[in-house]
Amino acid sequence: MRHVIALLIENESGALSRVSGLFSARGYNIESLTVAPTEDASLSRMTIVTSGSDDIIEQITKQLNKLVDVVKVVDISESAHVERELMLIKVRATGKDREEMKRMADIFRGRIIDATDSSYIIELTGNQTKLDSFIGAIDNALILETVRSGIVGIGRGDRILKL
Amino acid sequence: MVLTGAEIVIRCLQEEKVDYVFGYPGGAVLFIYDALFQQEKVRHVLVRHEQAAIHAADAYARSTETVGVALVTSGPGATNAVTGIATAYCDSIPMVIISGQVPTAAIGQDAFQEVDTVGITRPCVKHNFLVKDAADIASTIKKAFHLAKTGRPGPVLVDIPKDVSAQSAEYHYPKSVEMRSYNPVVKGHQGQIKKALKLLLEAKRPMIYTGGGVILSDAAAPLTKLVRKLGMPITNTLMGLGGYPATDKQYLGMPGMHGTYEANMSMHFSDVLLAVGARFDDRVIGDPNHFAAEPRKIIHIDIDPSSISKRVKVDVPIVGDVKEVLEELARLLDESKHEQDTASLATWWRQIDEWRSRDCMKYKNSDEIIKPQYVVEKLWEVTGGDAFITSDVGQHQMWAAQYYKFDKPRRWLNSGGLGTMGVGMPYAMGAQLAHPDAQVACVTGEASIQMNIQELSTCKQFRLPIKICNLNNRYLGMVRQWQELFHGGRYSESYMDSLPDFAKLAEAYGHIGIRVDRPADVEGALREAFSRKNDLVFLDFQIDQTENVYPMVQGGKGLTEMILSAEDL
Repeated sequence: MRHVIALLIENESGALSRVSGLFSARGYNIESLTVAPTEDASLSRMTIVTSGSDDIIEQITKQLNKLVDVVKVVDISESAHVERELMLIKVRATGKDREEMKRMADIFRGRIIDATDSSYIIELTGNQTKLDSFIGAIDNALILETVRSGIVGIGRGDRILKL
Repeated sequence: MVLTGAEIVIRCLQEEKVDYVFGYPGGAVLFIYDALFQQEKVRHVLVRHEQAAIHAADAYARSTETVGVALVTSGPGATNAVTGIATAYCDSIPMVIISGQVPTAAIGQDAFQEVDTVGITRPCVKHNFLVKDAADIASTIKKAFHLAKTGRPGPVLVDIPKDVSAQSAEYHYPKSVEMRSYNPVVKGHQGQIKKALKLLLEAKRPMIYTGGGVILSDAAAPLTKLVRKLGMPITNTLMGLGGYPATDKQYLGMPGMHGTYEANMSMHFSDVLLAVGARFDDRVIGDPNHFAAEPRKIIHIDIDPSSISKRVKVDVPIVGDVKEVLEELARLLDESKHEQDTASLATWWRQIDEWRSRDCMKYKNSDEIIKPQYVVEKLWEVTGGDAFITSDVGQHQMWAAQYYKFDKPRRWLNSGGLGTMGVGMPYAMGAQLAHPDAQVACVTGEASIQMNIQELSTCKQFRLPIKICNLNNRYLGMVRQWQELFHGGRYSESYMDSLPDFAKLAEAYGHIGIRVDRPADVEGALREAFSRKNDLVFLDFQIDQTENVYPMVQGGKGLTEMILSAEDL
């Protein structure tokens, strides 16, 4: 089962390697991991997408909690939450493809943030499926380059991960 | 008060009331050694290899209730320390290791004797720090001690670049530590403890299984009181020996791969199993699926939530300090109006006594050749069962654990988790320094002892009168045993040729060495050794080369699938 784990960790050097090291040492899977400081600069927030049986997910959250620098861990996928991922995709945009690409970007509510004679960079935000669908919807041969941020997640409503 | 970083380090150790630092000097720690030289409160033990420094500090912690402290230099000093740190980590031993690092400006430049110590040690420490400013040294060391000894204990490393130890800074040692990210749960959940008590009292076939957590939280006394009151059978794991008196009738011996028949059968066929500070290790329960196939309710008390439901599903988890929880359990038992099912317990004991009557620890003694079990039995007799016993890793370790009956906690020091050969002598050094008047013996083998044999020199320098009992079978015994049983008797690289004359070797280091060949001389040699209160005596027992450790549960098998003796094969 896919799980989205959000955690707050002391913003100190080596914090990321403590977390990533834990996953590799214990053979846990990381689908994506994002990290950045929060509004409180002394704290970083990570979103980790992982998968495993309930037992493994229980161990992952316990092991993460055991790291001395980790302040709080929540499996946000246990309840209602929002996930977003950012993708920048550079596509070939010449001839009739140029108009078609613009149209597809509009359908997916993407934005063209850079244009040259022959290419666009399209910025697209959404959950993983939406980004996957966009890639599926355009001609694969036109994709020059993609970069995805990995997902960030947040619980809905009263579920707040804060100190 | 303004001090240098190096002086701050030593001041901090004084504040923590550290008696001994075990270490080895080098370029990156020269300022710290200079500060150490100019004071007398913190004494330094100069080992001959950094690995031994960590082991000795580890044993100092294991045999007392203090935090062990070691000091090593950068690069090879730190890498030599890694085995010792991993050993302490696997057994949750509270330690602070201070390592020197190349100057801040040289970090990352592939400088002489530079390694990424924080990176290398990260997976085998509870936590580590790189200190970049002398002003942070005091608060970091305070945190290091706090982390090492609270919660589930463990080693904490503080890496200090040379220029930081030379810098000056205002010194102030914090009185307490506040860490928003670290607040281990000490008190157990009241409702869960009540539930546990009810289950225990209603149990028809209760069993108590305790591990190293009982030793680490100094819970032997409340555990013993509680278990006696409940009248239930108990087993102590390899790490938990001495948690409950081994000579008591409720004690069933050690469980697991080389545990007793009665302990393993009782673990397996219990209907309520109370696990205390133990972690259902593969060497204890064998195949977890085989273990889980027999239904039973499990209560698990542990300070580390991640130890609970890791290898087996637990019905009543109780996170908390073992001592606190056991005392609370005892208090609730006193108040409880719940009747214990004593009739069922009596039937259960009859079953256990039947298992016991198999007498699984019996062995065939000999007049011709020394049996290792006999040596350990005699060692127990000669020391009145009251010595600090250290061991290395292998067959001798199991024989020591099986035949020396530990009645007190912190008397048995061995590398249970990592299984590090070479710990025996440094462990004995640490224990002897912590308990100068106590009898300390290292039960070892001719292979293990050679992994830190250079420490005979340290023992001479610091006049450590430890007794080394070398169970010499000219084989890597445990490897040989597995090759005999599971690899068609193909003894690949398990025979040791060209062994030194250990008695002469001991003499070369300035100690006493005695070679013992005949069973009739075993007791006399031991008495002679222990009568020499001020001398290290190296007893080189020439034992039966083919003796195996039984009972045995083969790796991957279930607890009830035991080989009791060679006849079972």
